[in-house]
Amino acid sequence: MNESVESVRAADAIAIERTLAGDRDAFRVLVERHSATIFRLAYRLTGNHHDAEEIVQEAFLRAYQKLEQFASQANFATWVYRIAANYTIDRMRQRKQEDARRQAPSAETSDDVEQDPLRQIPDIAPTPERLTQSVELRTQMENALQSLTPAERTAFVMRHCDGCGIEEIAAALKSNSSAAKNTVFRAVHKLRQTLQPQFAPRATARAMGTES
Amino acid sequence: MKHLSEEQLIAYQDGESSGRDAVAAHINLCAECKAELIRLAEMLAAYRALPVPDPGEDYGRRVWQQIAPRLEEKRSHWWQMLLEPRRLTAARLVAALLLVAFLAGRVSKRVTPSVGEVTTTATADAARVRERVLMLAVGEHLGRSEMVLMEIANAAPESASVKQVNLSSQRRRAEELLDENRLYRQTALQEGDTGIADVLDELERVLLDVAHSSGNVTPAQFKSIRQRIDDDGLLFKVRVLTKEIERRENTEKRGPAESGSAKVERNNQA
Repeated sequence: MNESVESVRAADAIAIERTLAGDRDAFRVLVERHSATIFRLAYRLTGNHHDAEEIVQEAFLRAYQKLEQFASQANFATWVYRIAANYTIDRMRQRKQEDARRQAPSAETSDDVEQDPLRQIPDIAPTPERLTQSVELRTQMENALQSLTPAERTAFVMRHCDGCGIEEIAAALKSNSSAAKNTVFRAVHKLRQTLQPQFAPRATARAMGTES
Repeated sequence: MKHLSEEQLIAYQDGESSGRDAVAAHINLCAECKAELIRLAEMLAAYRALPVPDPGEDYGRRVWQQIAPRLEEKRSHWWQMLLEPRRLTAARLVAALLLVAFLAGRVSKRVTPSVGEVTTTATADAARVRERVLMLAVGEHLGRSEMVLMEIANAAPESASVKQVNLSSQRRRAEELLDENRLYRQTALQEGDTGIADVLDELERVLLDVAHSSGNVTPAQFKSIRQRIDDDGLLFKVRVLTKEIERRENTEKRGPAESGSAKVERNNQA
């Protein structure tokens, strides 16, 4: 039986209230109900099962710690989703910085790393998951996704996979609507450039609008 | 003819409303832009088709087992929380946000009149919303519980040669239902709704039996579980309460005139 959105929110409200009243086990209901959704987001963002599981745990730990701040929020599912997206961006950035430092110990600082495509070395190590379905397309897509910055990848997944609104994406990226919209656009553009010819734009000049 | 920019195509694909008609008109006339839009849609579809592994039915339970030891007990008490200005403000939003209203309801119920932030009307509204939230959650919970009870009532050994009854699926769902059942029973008690609390109490005992079973139960264990369901008339009570909650929700939709009367009636019935 599918639970209605309203009844899920009602059930969440009761669990939150009891958790805040000191009943730690009440939080379990929230974890059990929303873990799979957060896992799917985290997996889409990282392409890695182990990382996704760690992100899910961290997101709920943070949600528990910040639960007192939740009263002004309307929807626990959206809230914990945002915490997960936010944490994933920080985590991916940090990892890219560490990778960059390992590869070039005296290289430039973190802010430059995300902008430099040469530093974004794709991880193409095959795993059983990656070998399922269309291996070639999947590998290409994974590589293309690796070329995105953490913020671009998050914005892209939120928009084109989970159907999040621009405001929601802006909140996760800690930016404004206009910047979030641009980030989504940039992500799609970069993916198309990186992917195989049938998905790529017909000409680089297209971005400006051209005469035929 | 000037072609659409990639930005325009992405915005169109994304459902952007600004200038949508003009873009659509162009796409219908321009084969090249149409092909471009299709390529874009195919790329997005290919991305969405990438498989995401299923973490498994018991994934939430595993996450809880991993994080539970790391969660510190919350020391806050209701009287500390009601002093937070944010919550007092939230009490005014009862009609707008169900969740906020529920949390705020606790504040308005317990706040001392001298605080002066919460009016009598707001208190009544908040109490109604709190009851509605509880009804919604319990109604859904009872529906799922009834299904498990029904399945147990109709269960039998898989073949004549097998004596044990396989309740694995019901056991897993009973485990999930137990946590929620406890929350709703405690909340109902707190709200003074002993009618609901009593039925949930009886339900909890059966759910405990099922959750603590091995999944493949012996005929004696199975008989004991069924006996408990039958003796308590539990399925009947669950159905009556479900109907009562539906009636309450319908009354609420027509107009929130009734307040304590239904609760008293329910308490008397139980």
